[in-house]
Amino acid sequence: MRLPCPICGPRDSREFIYRGTALDRPAPDAGTEAWEEYLHLRDNPAGPIREFWYHHAGCTAWIEVTRNTATHEISDAVLAGGEGAA
Amino acid sequence: MLDLTAKTPCDGLLPVSHGPFTLTEIVPKALTSIAPFKGQAGAVSDTLQSAHGITLPSIGGATGNGSVQAIWFGQGQYLLTGPAPDGLDGIAAVTDQTDAWATVRLDGHEAAEVLARLVPVDMRPAMFPDGTSVRTLLGHMTVSITREGEGYRIMAFRSMAVTLVHEIAGAMEAVAQRL
Repeated sequence: MRLPCPICGPRDSREFIYRGTALDRPAPDAGTEAWEEYLHLRDNPAGPIREFWYHHAGCTAWIEVTRNTATHEISDAVLAGGEGAA
Repeated sequence: MLDLTAKTPCDGLLPVSHGPFTLTEIVPKALTSIAPFKGQAGAVSDTLQSAHGITLPSIGGATGNGSVQAIWFGQGQYLLTGPAPDGLDGIAAVTDQTDAWATVRLDGHEAAEVLARLVPVDMRPAMFPDGTSVRTLLGHMTVSITREGEGYRIMAFRSMAVTLVHEIAGAMEAVAQRL
């Protein structure tokens, strides 16, 4: 598998470390239920999913990848820190 | 007081040659990492231009040659080889790396064939011309590889010097056997 790093271009997945699902963090006062879901409960969709990958052996950027779990198609990859982070 | 003898990272390991391939050690005078503060990359580049005659390279590139060189070294980070930089106070994080890296140079016709056994990036001259640079893997090690003329300059952590030489020399020997 290759991942399209926004800085380095397409690179072998060996250069990356998987860093989990890209979730929106709940507000501090969102309540225990929202926080339990954020910490422990994960969807397992057959379809597009957003996830973080860390380009440890390359530019060291964290990137947010949109990947289809059914087809492995990667439709998007952006810098997790925003465009100015390059 | 003890008078200690300074050793280079690849002391006793290099040079090595197999067939057309040679692996030699490069000992830079100084290595300095430069991480420009937010929005200061232009100012850092101008300062380097006036102090050392080189600009910051673009992503995946290297500028200068021989005695003074600036290599792209990752997200927002550059490595200056040769002189210690002047005048970067307040515009960049500057760290001395001189003793932290082992630097070797791989030469030989079709040396890309040797690296093809170790590196998951296309190192053929057409894809990786003079003046390009990547951070990638060599075996299981993170390295910086820069194309310089016909050869490749490869840098790994100093503590990995023995592994670095072992891996590359092994691939050199294996490829040389097949020529």
